[in-house]
Amino acid sequence: MEGHELLRMEGVGKSYFGNRVLSNVNFTLKKGQILGLVGENGAGKSTLMNILFGMPVIQETGGYEGKIFIDGNEVSFASPFEALEAGVGMVHQEFSLIPGFTAAENIVLNRESTKYNILVEAFGDRLKTLDRRKIRQRAEKAIETLNVDLHPDMSVSEMPVGHKQFTEIAREIDKERTRLLVLDEPTAVLTETEAAILLKSMKKLAGLGISIIFISHRLQEILDVCDTIIVLRDGEVVREFEPEKTDLMSIASAMVGRSIQGQSRRTQEDADRTSGDVVLTVEHLWVDMPGETVRDVNLEIHRGEIFGIGGLAGQGKLGIGNGIMGLYASGGTVTFDGRNVPLNDPMAPMSMGIAAVSEDRRGVGLLLEEPISWNIIFTTLQVQNRYLRPILGGLVRIRDAAAIRECAKHYIQALEIKCVSERQRVVELSGGNQQKICLAKAFALEPKLLFVAEPTRGIDVGAKKVVLDTLREYNRKNGTTIVMISSELEELRSICDRIAIVDEGRVAGILPATEPSTEFGLLMLGKVEKTRERVTA
Amino acid sequence: MERIRSFIDAAGWPRIIIALFLLGLFVVAPFVQVRLDASISDTLVRFGMNGVMVLAMVPMVQAGCGLNFGLPLGIIAGLLGAITSIELELTGILGVLVAMCIAIPIAAVFGWAYGLLLNRVKGGEMMIATYVGFSSVAFMCIMWLLLPYKSPNMVWGYAGTGLRTTISVDGYWIRAISDFLSFQQGKYFYFPTGMFLFLALLCVLMWLFMRTKTGTAMTTVGSNPDYARASGVDVDRMRTISVILSTVLGAIGIIVYQQSFGFIQLYMGPFYMAFPAVASILIGGASVNKATILNVIIGTILFQGILTMTPSVINSIVQTDMSEVVRIVVSNGMILYALTRVVKVKSR
Repeated sequence: MEGHELLRMEGVGKSYFGNRVLSNVNFTLKKGQILGLVGENGAGKSTLMNILFGMPVIQETGGYEGKIFIDGNEVSFASPFEALEAGVGMVHQEFSLIPGFTAAENIVLNRESTKYNILVEAFGDRLKTLDRRKIRQRAEKAIETLNVDLHPDMSVSEMPVGHKQFTEIAREIDKERTRLLVLDEPTAVLTETEAAILLKSMKKLAGLGISIIFISHRLQEILDVCDTIIVLRDGEVVREFEPEKTDLMSIASAMVGRSIQGQSRRTQEDADRTSGDVVLTVEHLWVDMPGETVRDVNLEIHRGEIFGIGGLAGQGKLGIGNGIMGLYASGGTVTFDGRNVPLNDPMAPMSMGIAAVSEDRRGVGLLLEEPISWNIIFTTLQVQNRYLRPILGGLVRIRDAAAIRECAKHYIQALEIKCVSERQRVVELSGGNQQKICLAKAFALEPKLLFVAEPTRGIDVGAKKVVLDTLREYNRKNGTTIVMISSELEELRSICDRIAIVDEGRVAGILPATEPSTEFGLLMLGKVEKTRERVTA
Repeated sequence: MERIRSFIDAAGWPRIIIALFLLGLFVVAPFVQVRLDASISDTLVRFGMNGVMVLAMVPMVQAGCGLNFGLPLGIIAGLLGAITSIELELTGILGVLVAMCIAIPIAAVFGWAYGLLLNRVKGGEMMIATYVGFSSVAFMCIMWLLLPYKSPNMVWGYAGTGLRTTISVDGYWIRAISDFLSFQQGKYFYFPTGMFLFLALLCVLMWLFMRTKTGTAMTTVGSNPDYARASGVDVDRMRTISVILSTVLGAIGIIVYQQSFGFIQLYMGPFYMAFPAVASILIGGASVNKATILNVIIGTILFQGILTMTPSVINSIVQTDMSEVVRIVVSNGMILYALTRVVKVKSR
């Protein structure tokens, strides 16, 4: 296993437009070793791999800091081609395969074995004929190295996901130069058996002297195959583990347990709060939201509480709010205040007193080209027919410019929105102020229940605190029930009363916010469910 | 200085340059024996004639359906109204009103179907709209021959059936709207007060409509359909309403145009009608998803002004009759310029 050092990173950092996503990452990877890279969404894993692989997005946004050494020589890849040249292979989460081609053809793509024919004399090497037999042999060899059951003549379009994944990896193996292989969540799409096969072949590859960087959310796999484990959190390497000397628990807590600075903190008063009767019941909710599918969610939310919904990205937590608000096709039963909420009709929940702040602030939440005042009052005007005044003796009603201005001014002052005037266009404001406008829009509806999705995404620390404090204050003052959906567990723990963790479109568990973060971490990683299954089996 | 700069920012360089060019033409005109009063009168009349059709662009642009290249559809509805009114031998203001009353429901039905179609091609509205316009014109070329109109003023003399390409409204309702309170100053200056009042009335109604709940929702749909949907607005319905409105205004617009022009042009007449209207509103400073009444007024004056002045002035300078050539070069050049702005706004 021990060999010479293949890859070393020294002080690697990166910021996008002044927003730091990665700082001072150091590690070394020896030949034939497997490095596990874990971290929450947004911890900086993808950015780190993009830097290593020379993705253009890094250059376009101003390059990176620090140094990368391969075989002791400093390298800086300007494009993925240079990285490939140097022997770095990468298997992305999204497949890059040609569906109509067979596995073998995909494996040797652009590096096909060729035969001489007479046309080459006239037109050059580009007209060489494919050597099908040799291509097949190479493909078979690569597949055999992986030790999987994959037929080289199978068309990619007919393959199950697992086989596609294997084809991708086989392609990297077929490249003779490949010495370092980056696998970005390869097991996410695999069944348990397939994943086990993949892990076995990874070990075999490592035995052949190929180093592997393995990114996964499934901690058990990481523990099983890796020689070293690195935990990234908020762009920094927080811990380096050796699998023999650690367990799931400590990795999970290293991943999620972040120090809280400048964030809202819970007080004793918060802990003593008691909640009222059930205000919202969700039964067997499914939502077909692309990338955030909700499969079967059951929830009971109490009057006056702040209820958190957390979980990793893509597990369906965002789908719950959007589904109830009628923005994506959904089914199941939702009862609010004893009345059934019709699904798939955005008007229905709003007219019943449910409002929502979208996670897609710029896409759904705002009219970027319109003034602040419009953004705040429009929903209220449509849903509640307010801010209209009659003209022509009550024949028609038009917008009441004065009332709109008053309302906008009120919220600008109340939420401390920094702007020139209420007529300023929203696109000119900072992310934090835009988020405040989204909140003002929801508050203007005077809702009884408020969904808030990712309220602090993409805004700076100071604004985060203001947004969270505003929500808490609104809840305390008006008794509004708030359902907050966020990927940031600590944020949820700082203001929520109870938190549900969503995993694979289902609620993995609901815990009081006072539980230690490791408990939530385990729920997120689907660990609890799995051990329970094992026990019953 | 600061004020000048903010004015330039607000008006935009293209409009200032075009306005200065137009002003230049007016200055040059007297020196090349083009009568200024006649020119101004011509410009005003053309502005009034085309104003409503340019106004027809506003609802669809605001609702995010793009520029209404399918305006010929509304124009066809207007033509049907106009010839029916003549068939009924109606004269004066009554003739115009009946023409409109017949045209509006037809336009509403056309617009509704056209709106349903546009809701299926979101993102490609303008391309589809162009062909809706073209194909409706082609279809009506057949229908004009087959429709059972009988008035001797309208059908081909030798066959006794089928409508003529050009039908005079003289003796029916020529200048029925224009002449309301209009006045003549000297031999050359004619001011069509009625037509302006009518255009102003429609502009005020549009302005008010854009401030109602429906109008506000429509603007929002154009600004961000996802936001509108999340606020409980039925996006497709708003788009359909905007298309109906635009088609109806197109129908009214052509009737206003005809009563001033004096002729009803059938067959290929409506074919290119959409382009000057589109060019006018773009020159007026509208983008593909934002248009105001002010854009309509400024754009129509500039476009029609240039269109009136350039041929006559250049003709007088070069001393040959090539006014038609110049007119075609100028009008298509302006349209070309305006359409390049569409792309610019889109790619931003």
